Amino acid sequence: MGDLLWIFVSAAVVNNFTLALFLGLCPFMGVSGRVATALRMGLANIFVLTITSLCAWALNTYVLEHAPYLRLISFIVVIASLVQITEMAIKKLSPALFDALGIFLPLITTNCAILGLAIFQTNRGYGLFEGLAFALGAGAGLTLALVLMASIRESSELADVPDMARGTSLVLIIAGSLSLAFMGFAGLLSST
Amino acid sequence: MRGTTAQQDLIRGIWRENPVLVQMLGLCPALAVTNSVENSLAMGIATFFVLCCSSVLVAALKRFIPHEVRISTYILIIATFVTVADMTLEAVRPDVHKALGAFIALIVVNCMILGRQEAFASKRPIGRALLDAAGTGTGFMIALVMMGGVREVLGAGTFLGVSIFGPSYEPWVVMILPPGGFLTLGIWLLGLSWWQKRRAGDGDAAPTDAIQGGGA
Repeated sequence: MGDLLWIFVSAAVVNNFTLALFLGLCPFMGVSGRVATALRMGLANIFVLTITSLCAWALNTYVLEHAPYLRLISFIVVIASLVQITEMAIKKLSPALFDALGIFLPLITTNCAILGLAIFQTNRGYGLFEGLAFALGAGAGLTLALVLMASIRESSELADVPDMARGTSLVLIIAGSLSLAFMGFAGLLSST
Repeated sequence: MRGTTAQQDLIRGIWRENPVLVQMLGLCPALAVTNSVENSLAMGIATFFVLCCSSVLVAALKRFIPHEVRISTYILIIATFVTVADMTLEAVRPDVHKALGAFIALIVVNCMILGRQEAFASKRPIGRALLDAAGTGTGFMIALVMMGGVREVLGAGTFLGVSIFGPSYEPWVVMILPPGGFLTLGIWLLGLSWWQKRRAGDGDAAPTDAIQGGGA
């Protein structure tokens, strides 16, 4: 149990997907303008990451033992189609949830965090439950980074920033400071 | 469709529509692996190879790819070449392969590559698609080396492993760590937009040149 908790914490803050591993930067830059949108994007991410983790585990255990060179191709195909199917299922079964996740579901299929999770999980040899803890941690970390970024951007909206720094370069420099702050969590690693 | 010459197709991606610095595509690898010039070059070459091969194949097969499943087909083609690049690098330079880790595999989801297939290779003849891919790939490599150069020089005091400032230099370790990636790219963009603003302000020669791409 302690192991699972440790994997979760490590993926969520110490090796935060966005701020330490640079995965999922596109939504980080794109939808971090409003806290409400960022939160929903984060939730959709957690959802897809969990499904991906399950898929990757199943593929690794039952299919890819004999054909490791097909790993990348089968991951991307299976993940993309499963997310598509899930999206249709949610639309049918729970329109409220679909409205909440909405357009974000298809968007994140091609997000590098998703494929990255599947590859990291394989490289580290995680089992089913370890993989799930990893996926939840990674999703929580992504959501945390997105919401933090969105709150900073919301409150700095009225700040008097020089014209040429507006937009991406300002976001990147804020992200740099956030990432610097998150480096502090690395201390958790050595304390155990 | 606007007509462009072969030369324009090649040149465009290198600077004016540079994938990283102007269009903001492929940011993940541009930030993640640029902690040394060697890694940046390896990543740039791998991406260049994948982009050229998949552009040629997509342009060659465009008549046979059904419109409805085109995106999945592109991704499959890209994933095939990424697997080739991944295994080649592992055989040729195992140390670099280890340093780049999962990011070679993640070339599959580099939106720059998919973007070129959808926007260019699927509509043009093979030769033009190759030129466009070569230009964009070179532009990507230039951007990566710009990032890697700054980060390695400041963060380790070396360039391609050769010491620059001598032994008394105290490296800025933060530049090779993740925050350095964000800060370096942020400051590069700041510098470029300052330079463009100044150029546009000096003479009214080419004010429309300054801002291109974006959602294209």
